[in-house]
Amino acid sequence: MDNILTEYSFKDKMVELFHETMRKNFNNDNPYLKQLRQEAIQEFEKVGFPSSKHEKWRNTNLSKPLKLEYVHHFEPFEQFTDVGKLFMCEVHELESHLFAQLNGWFVHQNGGINHLPGGVIVGSLASAFVQFPEIIEKYYGKYAPFQNNGLVALNTAFAQDGLFVYVPDNVVVDKPVQIINLINLTENLFIQPRNLIILGRNSKLQLLYCDHSLLHKHSLINSVTEVFIDENAEFENYKLQNKDNDSTLITNAWITQKSNSNMLTNVLTLNPGTIRNNINVLLDGRNCNAELYGLYLLDKEQHVDNNILVDHAKPDNYSSQLFKGILDDQATGVFNGLVLVRKDAQKTNAYQKNQNILLTDKATIDSNPQLEIYADDVKCSHGSTVGQLDNEAMFYMRSRGISEEVARMSLMNAFASAIIDKIRIEPLRNRINEMVSKRLRGDLSICDQCILNCRDGRKISFDIDLSGIK
Amino acid sequence: MLSIRDLKVSIKGKEILKGINLEVKAGEVHAIMGPNGTGKSTLASIIAGRDVFEVTGGQVLFDGKNLLDLPVEQRACEGIFLGFQYPVEIPGVSIINFMRTAINEQRKYKGLDPIPAPEFLAKMNEAKKMLDIHSNMTNRSVNEGFSGGEKKKNEIFQMAMLQPRLAMLDETDSGLDIDALRVVATGVNELRSKDNAFIVITHYQRLLDYIIPDFVHVLFDGRIVKSGNRELALELEEKGYDWIRKNT
Repeated sequence: MDNILTEYSFKDKMVELFHETMRKNFNNDNPYLKQLRQEAIQEFEKVGFPSSKHEKWRNTNLSKPLKLEYVHHFEPFEQFTDVGKLFMCEVHELESHLFAQLNGWFVHQNGGINHLPGGVIVGSLASAFVQFPEIIEKYYGKYAPFQNNGLVALNTAFAQDGLFVYVPDNVVVDKPVQIINLINLTENLFIQPRNLIILGRNSKLQLLYCDHSLLHKHSLINSVTEVFIDENAEFENYKLQNKDNDSTLITNAWITQKSNSNMLTNVLTLNPGTIRNNINVLLDGRNCNAELYGLYLLDKEQHVDNNILVDHAKPDNYSSQLFKGILDDQATGVFNGLVLVRKDAQKTNAYQKNQNILLTDKATIDSNPQLEIYADDVKCSHGSTVGQLDNEAMFYMRSRGISEEVARMSLMNAFASAIIDKIRIEPLRNRINEMVSKRLRGDLSICDQCILNCRDGRKISFDIDLSGIK
Repeated sequence: MLSIRDLKVSIKGKEILKGINLEVKAGEVHAIMGPNGTGKSTLASIIAGRDVFEVTGGQVLFDGKNLLDLPVEQRACEGIFLGFQYPVEIPGVSIINFMRTAINEQRKYKGLDPIPAPEFLAKMNEAKKMLDIHSNMTNRSVNEGFSGGEKKKNEIFQMAMLQPRLAMLDETDSGLDIDALRVVATGVNELRSKDNAFIVITHYQRLLDYIIPDFVHVLFDGRIVKSGNRELALELEEKGYDWIRKNT
């Protein structure tokens, strides 16, 4: 049932735990899954957690969260909840297919699998493991390699539940699919959600994935998302990250695009504790479009590390990355953006920009845009800026009677607007605009940060016991 | 309205204004001319509130108040406006929001409520019409991608929206073709009243054919060396700045 993970040798504990759990919980998995788990745990045992000795992890130190004691729920909660009882999405006018995950387990509404118009399947990955083994065997574990990657390996070894979306060929999903990932345990929880998103040819999906913390505990999340975008399909992916200061969130997204497909991903980190986003895009076709955007707003001692890889494996593709951040107090940010253009990837267009505003002397950003180009007929650019608010612009605004405080707010909002404007879902864009303004003013309560609105009308505070819901 | 007495201003130890004396009363239009680098823009900047300069002597009174003590935004709220020579771009801030924020901040200063939407829209439309401004412009970010002429027009547009009591136009005519110049001048002339005043800083006489000044001052080497009426501007045009140099 509950397994308490102690001691710093987290790695050894996890390996031990795996073998226990294999016997108890993974035993009924289909052979494909079992095999994958075994291979993954072996790799994890070899590689372990990334340490700051690794080049790509030198600025994000996991040793602190790995020293804590966590609880791990290998069994799903017995009662499944009506999502509507938990919360109500507060984004006005946002019509979406709304789902939730609570403490690592998909909340069943009408069973674990939901059938949407057009043959679209959205539901619990755990249910998909059982009900759609052929789909699982075709796509699961195919896009997120765990060789040499301890975190993906660990997730693959332990993954039990998460979001499963299957969009058949030629289907445009009528409304955005929204999933809210909630943690509300009174103990430190370690979860490893696993998501699998499959878009068939000519299909279209808008996905909104929100990570929220409701209670002030040290949660550790190591999630892996695999996305397969078939020819001509279109995927819009919005991630909203609103966590508390004690949480650690690691996301590993692996996206593979086939020819003529379009992908837009926008990571909005409005409030992290420690967040590491790994985004890997493989352009495995021609005439693909990949647009990656990110906005991070940090203060106090928060930390965000965005680590991007766009692999131009084939010719004629277009990718662009624009990540912007505003850092206050002693916050720290990291941006690693690698564009890899392989030897035969001629006529590649790849652009990358990271722009940062530091509001204090103590805030820091480590920005590393990188281009690795092996083809010769390409157009690439990269750039990174770090600065303060534009003094000229400040003076200009003040000379019109605008107070310094309001001018600063306007300029910070203007800075963020480049990313917010890329949100194609209008009600969401408006709501994020509001939230960003509030966040910049320091006016955001943990509830306002949330795009949820708890059903009973009360604002969630730390002393409300939600355990009754499970 | 504005009273400048023996103003001395330096930057990084170098003296730029060496004792400026100027009185501007309500209803008046003053032109300040002079060769480049003599301190014209410095004068406007210091009145607007730029803090890169050191005031080493003299005073500036606005309605009897010591202007140099007030922060930038307060000067604007008291009614001072500077039409910049090189207006900066502010990507992400639309002109509409910029103007609404400015108007509301100024109203707040005066203890008024924020401007109601219909009133604001009416003001905008009037100002746009007066300056022959295309409807779409105000949705764009402030000055972003604007040509020099468009930026200058935008300065006058802001002036029309904010209705300042003392407007300083710093080389508003530079970079403008004749048509744009006429539009800008029309704007200024329509806003002119007995309750406000203008200081028009210009290098060339041309603008003064359209904005007829009551007084013309020549600023040379940090001092006002000659003052007169608009005839002085014509004389200057004819004889050039060398004439001033020789006679000083």
